[in-house]
Amino acid sequence: MAHTSEGSLQSPSADSTEVDHGRRRFLTLTTAVVGGAGVVAAAVPFIKSWEPSARALAAGAPVTIDISKIELGQMVRFAWRSLPIFVVNRTKEQLADLPSLDPRLRDPESKETSQQPSYCQNTWRSIKPEWLVMIGICTHLGCVPDYYGQIQPEPFDRHWKGGFFCPCHKSRYDVAGRVFQGVPAPLNMVIPPYHYIDDTHVRIGVNPKGAA
Amino acid sequence: MAAAPDAWKPSNKILAWVEDRLPILGFMRSHTAEYYAPKNFNFMYFFGSLALLVLVNQIVTGIFLAMNFNPSAGHAFSSIQYIMRDVDWGWLIRYMHTTGASLFFVVVYLHMFRALMYGSHKQPRELLWVIGMLIYLALMAEAFMGYVLPWGQMSFWGAKVIISLFGAVPVIGNKLVEWIMGDFLPAGATLNRFFALHVIALPLVLLLLVVLHLGALHTSGSNNPDGIEIKQHKGPDGKPLDGIPFHPYYTVKDLVGVGFFLLVAAFIIFYQPTFFGLFLEHDNYIPANPLVTPAAIHPVWYFTPFYAMLRSIPSKGLGVLTLFSAIAVLFFLPWIDRSKVKSMRYRGTSYKVALAVLALTFIWLGKIGIGESTWIGDTYIARALTGVYFAFFLFLWAYTYFGWEKTKPVPDRVTMHE
Repeated sequence: MAHTSEGSLQSPSADSTEVDHGRRRFLTLTTAVVGGAGVVAAAVPFIKSWEPSARALAAGAPVTIDISKIELGQMVRFAWRSLPIFVVNRTKEQLADLPSLDPRLRDPESKETSQQPSYCQNTWRSIKPEWLVMIGICTHLGCVPDYYGQIQPEPFDRHWKGGFFCPCHKSRYDVAGRVFQGVPAPLNMVIPPYHYIDDTHVRIGVNPKGAA
Repeated sequence: MAAAPDAWKPSNKILAWVEDRLPILGFMRSHTAEYYAPKNFNFMYFFGSLALLVLVNQIVTGIFLAMNFNPSAGHAFSSIQYIMRDVDWGWLIRYMHTTGASLFFVVVYLHMFRALMYGSHKQPRELLWVIGMLIYLALMAEAFMGYVLPWGQMSFWGAKVIISLFGAVPVIGNKLVEWIMGDFLPAGATLNRFFALHVIALPLVLLLLVVLHLGALHTSGSNNPDGIEIKQHKGPDGKPLDGIPFHPYYTVKDLVGVGFFLLVAAFIIFYQPTFFGLFLEHDNYIPANPLVTPAAIHPVWYFTPFYAMLRSIPSKGLGVLTLFSAIAVLFFLPWIDRSKVKSMRYRGTSYKVALAVLALTFIWLGKIGIGESTWIGDTYIARALTGVYFAFFLFLWAYTYFGWEKTKPVPDRVTMHE
């Protein structure tokens, strides 16, 4: 580097022209690491700003629904956290067919604990056998399945015992929201936390007293 | 990028003064009048410049749409109606934007297919192809987010399905989906951030990538239908013998393409703006409703080939993996295809057949993906076609790696068909 004219800034002694490459590399590297850590730290606020805001979180308050007007075999939709809540007044025939479907399901015994509260981990996936309370969102890619309650052959299943069919990607669920084998959806539909205030009113978003 | 040492100087004194301080005119000249392109370009070479034209259209119409669009869940849908009914010429600006979006994919798909026909993705243009694929990726993100903005039923449920794809990521999947949406389902927060990405972030990325794409193109030089390098035969002046200056020869040729293209675009914009429900879907004229999924939900036509793959596979993780692999495999095409011969004119018959099969497979998958049928047979056909799609790349690798391809002799100089 002897030919550089800018060298005059340093003392012109011979040894100062010697470049210690090891030292230079070390300093460059450590500076880069510190600078990189700064960049990562500065990125955190921007990345975190994409999280659900306090307002979005607060909108998830519990709701009370009235189930007294729901006919036998009928399904009614309610909204909780802007999520569709399916409430089905299931018939005896629908309930009677549930165990017979077990061999055709992915998770007949609802072993996947994230999909329902422990007090709904039973054959009918509910607190009271006839009343299904469920978040009506397909576990595949989040569509809202349609309710096909009749026990009759359907174009998508000749041995249909009543249940839910997702129009997006043809996933099928039985009338307890348990997913069939051979469809894209991996899991049973989610049962939200809920409890009965009295015989006709259900509070969604809150567990029964004493339940986890 | 600097001007050549024997720098060309403008004769005008003021321009010469500028040129001394910033050689911008020389830079522009070196990429137009001094850029030599092969003289044997054909019809398939219209689509690069047309893509550029559509990009400009999208930016200009997009700026004007943003002036009247309201990116909030409560007002987005009605502000589109406002643009369509109350803003002077708003309908035209919006239809130019929506038609432009679909035509963008038409020209980009043809542009990509041209590369496969004549080997424009092959050595020394691998990086050019990879940058082009990045443009395609950015374009898909841009188009998807733009489609969410009107906040109709298809916007909402399209957003829901596409964002849920990220839920297939192990462990962090569900948190990732919430993070992207900024809520527990697509909501105002999602719409607002997609608007920011659609009008600022992704256009900047797209423009940068286009500049890099052109930079890489002008470094290796354009390929041509014969797939030979014109730089190998230069005249005494150092210019390729088979090359002609891009300007005025190809600017004029491209103008013919532009004229024809604008005619088609105008016909769609004025007479069939929804293009039979393909460019603008009927269900998107219903405001977003988180409680009801439309009976038939599918993305816009340019995504449906990949969507059909996703839909046909009875496993969430595997379906999403297949969808992303189908796009990712294209990035590796220059290294999968090992043939020394670039153009299909001189390649083996099997390559031409395979390429035709690939094109048909892609179109057929697209047709199934957009279909509303619940017929179970479609699922099996889509599964088979997905297999064919990936088999193309496997075949191409084996065909060229083991030297099964019987190529024809490649000419020394470009051929013209007068």
